[in-house]
Formats: sequence, structure tokens, C-alpha cells
Amino acid sequence: MAGLCREAIDRALADAGLDWPDIDAVVLGKAPDLFEGVMMPELMLADAIGATGKPLLRVHTAGSVGGSTGIVAASLVQAGVHDRVLAVAFEKQSESNAMWALSIPIPFQMPVGAGAGGYFAPHVRSYIRRSRAPAHIGAIVAAKDRRNGARNPYAHLKQADITVEKVQASRMLWDPIRYDETCPSSDGACAVVISAAPTSGPAAWIHATAMRTEPTTFAGRDQVNARAGAEAAQALWRDAGITDPLHQVDVAEIYVPFSWFEPMWLENLGFTPAGDGWRLTEAGETDIGGRLPVNPSGGVLSSNPIGASGLLRFAEAALQVRGRAGDHQVDGARTALGHAYGGGSQFFSLWLVGADKPGGAA
Amino acid sequence: MTTPLEAPLELSFDYTRSLGPVLGRFMAGLAERRITGVRGSDGRVHVPPIEYDPVTYAPLSELAPVADEGAVVSWTWQATPLEGQPLDRPFAWALIRLDGADTPMLHAVDCGAPEAIGAGTRVRVRWAQQPVGHIKDIACFEPTSAPASPTPPASAATPSPTAASPAEPVEIMTTPIRLRYTHSASPEESRYLRGLAEGRLLGQRCPECDQVYIPPRGACPVDGLPTTDEVDLPDRGILTTFCVVNVPFPGQRIKPPYVTGYILLDGADIGFLHQVLECAPEEVRMGMWVEAVWKPREEWGHTLRNIDHFRPTGEPDAPYETYQRHL
Repeated sequence: MAGLCREAIDRALADAGLDWPDIDAVVLGKAPDLFEGVMMPELMLADAIGATGKPLLRVHTAGSVGGSTGIVAASLVQAGVHDRVLAVAFEKQSESNAMWALSIPIPFQMPVGAGAGGYFAPHVRSYIRRSRAPAHIGAIVAAKDRRNGARNPYAHLKQADITVEKVQASRMLWDPIRYDETCPSSDGACAVVISAAPTSGPAAWIHATAMRTEPTTFAGRDQVNARAGAEAAQALWRDAGITDPLHQVDVAEIYVPFSWFEPMWLENLGFTPAGDGWRLTEAGETDIGGRLPVNPSGGVLSSNPIGASGLLRFAEAALQVRGRAGDHQVDGARTALGHAYGGGSQFFSLWLVGADKPGGAA
Repeated sequence: MTTPLEAPLELSFDYTRSLGPVLGRFMAGLAERRITGVRGSDGRVHVPPIEYDPVTYAPLSELAPVADEGAVVSWTWQATPLEGQPLDRPFAWALIRLDGADTPMLHAVDCGAPEAIGAGTRVRVRWAQQPVGHIKDIACFEPTSAPASPTPPASAATPSPTAASPAEPVEIMTTPIRLRYTHSASPEESRYLRGLAEGRLLGQRCPECDQVYIPPRGACPVDGLPTTDEVDLPDRGILTTFCVVNVPFPGQRIKPPYVTGYILLDGADIGFLHQVLECAPEEVRMGMWVEAVWKPREEWGHTLRNIDHFRPTGEPDAPYETYQRHL
């Protein structure tokens, strides 16, 4: 875990042209401690992540934690508390088994839990029924994200040759979710330096951030188009001065652990009206080169170090507007969305970054 | 107020640790009954070794051998040992600075009585009978004044599969972890569970929004008001949405494939998860009317598992519009 985090941190500091004395505080994010079996890993990681003698905060909002970690770090800078904050997030799934950790047999209840896939599959079915989306939409997303992952040197899965037909032929795990429509179990870390003043190289300016939460269950809860997610997006667009997201955003890194969540979140985020997200996907508009490329990095479907996955979305959005995304760069990307969700679709975190300084040229 | 129900919850998993170059070499040394520290930027030798310098944050790599005996810096007494601790009889927890080290390490000292230990007491490692390249190769410490425990020579130790060649850094170490909890149900959930033990399905209605919750929460999640109005619900309802679990995983309680979905009892405003049987998975539909199949009464307890499963009633499916707000 220490080496994993440190590898990401060293590269982030080198990219920013900074050294340890330049960092004022460290914010660490990761998902449930049961995933590695280390309670409060921030204690034993303090020296590896350079927190000795500095403020260290640990953040936890389930799968969205990487995003929340970026937002907490950004808030410390925006508030003027610190000039430069290091945000680090990680997960090392190889040390345990997330299916086991997410299917704890709580006494008195029916032991029907079957990991995150088992939780989300019924809601994916509800989406398909509600939107009347054709059955192959999920496979289109999966094939697209895996092909994108093949362009990203840091992706866990690289499947340049995958096709919609291959995805559709893969084993059904949690009907209606197939094996190839499911994120992998990954080890990984992500580090981002958030600075009040430009560092070396082009900057990604944070135009707005938003977080919203809702209870896991309540009567009448919309499990497909979660209210907290929609309200987070509305707040983000308002604060960033975005009135037409589909036209004004150039690229989106959206948290899609199961393929069907691409159209679901396109609707939830307001890129399309409710029920129409799948049409954008089906038309190829979410490919690199489409109207709104979604997950050019390969997304969560290509790499899922759970705690890091949200910060990876945020960092990939930043790479895009900095023009540093390499083979998965979207031409001319100047405005990019980073998105993460967690728990039973109850935590949402978002940021919008741009190549230009908000309110004026960089 | 009813007494809340309790039940044990035990979780265990054999976690694997990939150790990295510093700790990997430390563990490899233990397999040969050697203890190694690491030298920091200020020249101090840290034992057990640390991976990053506490002053400069730089990665550390210069290993330094230290002795397997040293002096107690400070200590406390464990009069009643707990499960999983290094010794099963009263012992001391001590901070021990090994000869050649600059930092103390925490370990157990088997010295019989608190009178036998103090600051400055000389102690030495008592090695495990068969060191394998694991932190537990250090069984505990003992006073050097005591006769040395007989241990076979290190060369006779059988290398473990995880440390095939003890000279090579150990890459992976298994650390079994077991957690034991007493899980308590809330007073409202306890009433519901006691109802289940009598074959009743008890929900509660919010006085503000009239929504009926099962299991009851004690407070409405939307309005925050106490839900005191009890509602007896029938053991039939509709399956709103579902999935078919085909994937096996550690700790799974039901053999796949099985259909799990949200059962919305007739008169309830929220579904709960259960399983649907007596119907081929491909025949299961959203909106299907289902009824509970209870286990034999003598098997009932305080659990929703008293209902073995739900099965289709054969009635026409509920129209989508009637349950879409519950998706």
C-alpha cells in the first residue's frame, strides 16, 4: 500500500515540479477498511505519503471517496487555509475480496447480498424497463471503454480487440449484467496536487465542485435517477456557469463500474433528458471523437482501484484540459467533468475543470 | 420499551500482504533467525524497519543487522491474556531496544511475574520452533537471565511455501483477521423480528407522509418523525425489480444461480430483498405477484429467514404504473 501510493505521489510531484517542502497538507481517501483489513491505514501510511509534520485528513464516502478526496483538498486551497495540498487515494483489492467484504451476512436479514453487482443489477433492470433502452446498449459502453483503456498506459485491462458481440457473448454474472460489463478488481493509486498558484506546465483550473448525499433507502426513492446526483449536477452547472452541458462540456470522466451506468448517469447529470441517455451512447456520441466523449481513459470498466477510482476520474478530466492525456487525448478539450458516486448511489461528488482560468484567460 | 435482540456476527478473512523490498527482506531475515533494521537519513537504525524516512520522506533501503537481544525501555503487565496474543499466560508488553537499534519495538516478554521485569532488563528473542519468514517467527522475548529455550538450529527450519528461499525477500505474507461483534437490532426492528417469530409481518406508518415501512425504522427517513403506528402486512406482494445471481464468492450463503429482488408487500411503501423460487429464472418478471413460503414453524426464529422464499401466485402481473415509484 505504501509503495503503491508513493509511486503515484512521486509522479504527481514531478509533473507539478514540486518537492515535499512545497506541500502544506495531505488528504487521503480510500473505500471501506475491510477491503484490505487494515483499520485506519492512514496511521501506518503517514510517512509514505509525506504527512509527517503536516496536517493529514482521511476521507471516506464509499466508492465516491476519490472524488470527495479531491474536493476536500480543493476546499482547503479555495478557503485559503493552504497553498498546496496533496490529494491521494488508493485501493489494493488483491489483498482481499471485495465481493466478500460487501456481502457481510448481517444477522436477522436474508443473506441474498451479492456484492456491488448484486446490489446494482436490479436497478439496471429498472432503468432498462423505464427507458425502453435496447439490450445491446450496455455492451456498446463496455466495448467502447475497454478499447479506450487500451490507449491508456495506466489502465488495468487493455482490450483493443473487444467487440460488442464479444461482450454480449460473455457470461451473465448478475442478470442483466454480464462479465464484460463489469469493472475489474484492481490495485491502484492516484495523486493530485491542488495549488493556489500555477505550477509547472499547463494548469487545470477548478471551475466548480459539488457533493450531495441521500439515504440508502426511503419510500419512493428513485434508485435509477438518484435525486442527490441530479441536485449535485445542477449545483455544479450553476456554479460553473454552464447552461447547456452537452454543448459546453468537451469530455466527461464518469464513474461507470457497470456499463449501463453510462446512460443512467448521462441522464442524471443532465446531459440528456431522462430516458434518452442511451440514445447518445447508441449513436456513438460518447466515443472519442463524438459529441461528448465519455471515459476516454477507459474508465472504471478498465481499472477499478475502488478508493482511487473517483480521484482518477477527476485527474483524467484534468489531464484532458491540460492536453496531457496522451493517446486518449480528446482533441481541443477545454472543459471536462470528473464524476464519482458511492454507496447505494447515495454519495455524489463532481468537479468541472477548464483550460482557462474561471472568469478570464489563464 | 422492548429489549433489543442481539446476535453474534463473526467476520474472518485471510488477507494477503505484499511486503515490498524493505519489509520483504526483514521477513526473509526472520526465517534465518536474524533481525534487520533500516538506517534512516540521520543515521538512526529503525527496528522493525520503516519504508520511508520520517525526516526527509525518502524511500529507505540500507538494511542494518541488529542483535536478537536488547534492553527493556518501558513495559506494562497483561494479567489476563486475550485470544490471539503472543502468550496464553500472564506476560509483559515491553518496548525493547535491541542492541544496535535506535528505536524500540513492542513485543511480549515471558517473564512470569511483573517483579521480573523493569526498565533496563536484558531480554532476548524466543524464536518460533520453525521460522518461515513471517512476523510471528519472533514468538516473544524472554529475560537473558532465564535459561535459553531450546530451539532447533535455523538451518533445520522448514522453509514455508511463501518463503521458498529464505535468502530472497518474502513477497507475500498472509495475515488472518477475525472480527467478532454482537449485532444489536433497534427496538423497532426487534418488535418486527419478534413478530416474524410468530409469523407476522409488522411495519410502521409515518404519521406525516403515511408511508408504511417494513422493516420499521423507528423514524421516517423522509420526515424524521417517530413511526409508532404499527401495521400488520400480508405475506404477499409484487416483485418490483430483481437480478439473477450467477456468480459464486467466498462466504456466499445461497448456492447460485438464484433470483433476488425487491418484494413490495401489499400495503407497504418500500420493498425488501428476498429470493424467488418455484419459477425458472427466465420466467421471473417485474411486477409479478408473489407470496411467502414459510419454513416449518419449528424452524422459526427472529429472522426474515423464517420465510424460505417467495413464489409466484399466478395472478396477472401488476401494471408498471402501479409500482414504478418504487424503482
